Amino acid sequence: MTKQSINLTIDGTPLQVPAGTTVMKAAERLGIHLPRLCYHPNLSLEGACRVCVVQVKGFNHFMTACSQEVWEGMAVQTNSPEIRQARRDIVELLLDNHPKDCQTCDRDGNCELQRLAYQLGVRERLFEGKKKEFATDESSKSVIRNPSKCILCGRCVRVCAEVQGVGNLSQHGRGFETVVGPANLCNMDDSVCIQCGQCVAVCPTAAFLEQDHTERVWQALAAEKKHVVVQVAPAIRATLGEIFGLPVGTPVTGKLVTALRRLGFDEVFDTNFGADLTIMEEATEFLSRVSKGENLPLLTSCSPGWVSFLEKFYPEMIRFTSTCKSPMQMTSALIKSYYAEKKGLDPKDIAVVAIMPCVAKKFEAGRPEHTMADGTPYTDAVLTTRELGWMIKSYGIDFNVLPDGEFDRPMGISSGAADIFGATGGVMEAALRTAAVKLTGEELGPLEFSEVRGVTGIKEATIKINGMEINIAVSNGLNNAKKLLEAIKSGEKNYHLVEIMACPGGCIMGGGQPYPQVYQDPMDPDISRARAKALYGIDAQKQLRRSHENPAIAHLYAEFLGEPNGEKAHQLLHTTYQARSPRGIR
Amino acid sequence: MNHQTATTITDNWEAVRAACLEVLPAHIIAFIENNRDMEHSEGQLIAALHMVQAHFGYLAQDTMHAVAQLAQIPLAKVTGVATFYHYFRLQPRGKHMISVCLGTACYVKGADKVAQRLMDELGIHFGETTRDGLFSLDSTRCLGTCGLAPVAMVDNQVYGPLTPTDVSVILAKYVKKEKGTAE
Repeated sequence: MTKQSINLTIDGTPLQVPAGTTVMKAAERLGIHLPRLCYHPNLSLEGACRVCVVQVKGFNHFMTACSQEVWEGMAVQTNSPEIRQARRDIVELLLDNHPKDCQTCDRDGNCELQRLAYQLGVRERLFEGKKKEFATDESSKSVIRNPSKCILCGRCVRVCAEVQGVGNLSQHGRGFETVVGPANLCNMDDSVCIQCGQCVAVCPTAAFLEQDHTERVWQALAAEKKHVVVQVAPAIRATLGEIFGLPVGTPVTGKLVTALRRLGFDEVFDTNFGADLTIMEEATEFLSRVSKGENLPLLTSCSPGWVSFLEKFYPEMIRFTSTCKSPMQMTSALIKSYYAEKKGLDPKDIAVVAIMPCVAKKFEAGRPEHTMADGTPYTDAVLTTRELGWMIKSYGIDFNVLPDGEFDRPMGISSGAADIFGATGGVMEAALRTAAVKLTGEELGPLEFSEVRGVTGIKEATIKINGMEINIAVSNGLNNAKKLLEAIKSGEKNYHLVEIMACPGGCIMGGGQPYPQVYQDPMDPDISRARAKALYGIDAQKQLRRSHENPAIAHLYAEFLGEPNGEKAHQLLHTTYQARSPRGIR
Repeated sequence: MNHQTATTITDNWEAVRAACLEVLPAHIIAFIENNRDMEHSEGQLIAALHMVQAHFGYLAQDTMHAVAQLAQIPLAKVTGVATFYHYFRLQPRGKHMISVCLGTACYVKGADKVAQRLMDELGIHFGETTRDGLFSLDSTRCLGTCGLAPVAMVDNQVYGPLTPTDVSVILAKYVKKEKGTAE
């Protein structure tokens, strides 16, 4: 049965929308993007900021377009001198107690509040309000919390609870003293925060930011003795272009490599190489568990936000989780062993910089499990897509005119299976491609698994390979992971292989990805689809489509590692997990 | 705050419950558990916190943690609610409750100076308790004795009109009485 249609007019233009549509959504159909701060299409309604107010004929009070549903014969006015004045007043009041430091703020040029002030024509400040002065919390290795810049829109609180199921943030106190923070306003490092950085991604201002690693990278690049090696995660090539004004979903692999060379990196490697290696190790681990029939389902371990969630919220599920390090940590470990040996370099003279779509990777890089025997970390710095974009701009590199470059060898060679790691379902598809060949012994097994593609929160399928039925599940956004884990625990579901990615949409929508541009909302599924399409496009164009076909990987095992899951592989490519405090409430 | 208590174990429900039983009285545990599986059970959070405060006089960290665990509501939400409402106290009440009237009449007669002197002498702000547990300080609106403005109440005794100097005298009286009973 179709929903009843409603006729209304917006700014005099008649249109028909289904019943239950909000005024904001209806206006979008006409191409009118009403201003918004607290509203987000993927989160519950807050209705707190009031900047989306509109006038409705017959009413002398303004209505919030985000929450007001349309009715038959409604006549909406989205712009009038009164509305413009009301919106401007609201934003001026927000600015009155906001720090006046736009020029030195990390969000300068990317701030939704700044953009809104410009859009609404705030050209002067009439009142000097009392400023909020809260201490900045830099305790977390991933996320900086600066409540002085907070405008209390509550997006971070909602994304943390509703999308990630973590519930680490809440508004504390009331009135002018209201402050967003973890329980009891304890340090982020002492909280149940899992470092995913979605709070950073949805924050309209600079109240949440990633820990800045750019300075240590500039230092390493300037140091004469340092051999600086960079690796780039699969998802970066599908998103970095947005920072330079390219349309969402423009693949920029070649320009990215050239930009990194221009910045002065001595060697440009691809985390894709580590992704192919992850598949070799994880597929071997999976097949071994299947043959023994133990510790199933195998849960993937690439996403450090998910690993933190596991350790704080579901420590009893640690035994099911793959012991494989993430592709980033595999690549770093090999740079400081295999590559150093080959090059005749002392690992101490090598600095490994990882370009990641992720804020949690900064925490992962600092974990004691990921250090060499002498305590130096395998990964020296982690830059988010945003930080790299800034470094390129800061250097003065005109990204869009750069010629295409190619990754260095051998750790720059990768299969298409590695590229799709960046999208939810990608790790699963890559694993299935290799598992299918290993199980059937035929070189040409199934290649594309459309069942696991797409932005749906939970995807399930049963794949038949060689008469064997493999039950798989893929989730993105940790609230969805929670549902899967509960179903596994209760015995309601029997899976063999489960891919879990912390961020909604996978790495392409990670906490370190470019901020939304004008008329975009962070976490918009359309952005997710476009970015994923770019990765699947790269995969489809590659000669190598399966991880085990990667000749550099075969060479690595023959020359250095021995067997997948062998002793040396275990030492360098696998890790351990531990229950962490404070435990989260699920 | 103590994260290491047994109440933080989430994979062993019996252990969680046992740890909560040590912190909360049985009637509060029964209340939370009876509500837990109902629709919108999180709506009972305020009622549960009311019960905790009625029982202990304030909301301690470990009791809030136990409520969060039993009700399966994130701790941040519990502490967010507890800090939002003026009614909830996060510290134990002192032996003597001092309420300074900040109503209009008292205010124009200089209640702010009286309040400031109290804060200085006691070393605490409104809503707090002195370290020795002797005094808690709160602000209040009209006590109905505007003719005595500015006024303050210590327990059930009204004092007024007050000057900042009177504050020292009154506090000294209570401290002396306390010492007398101790000796």
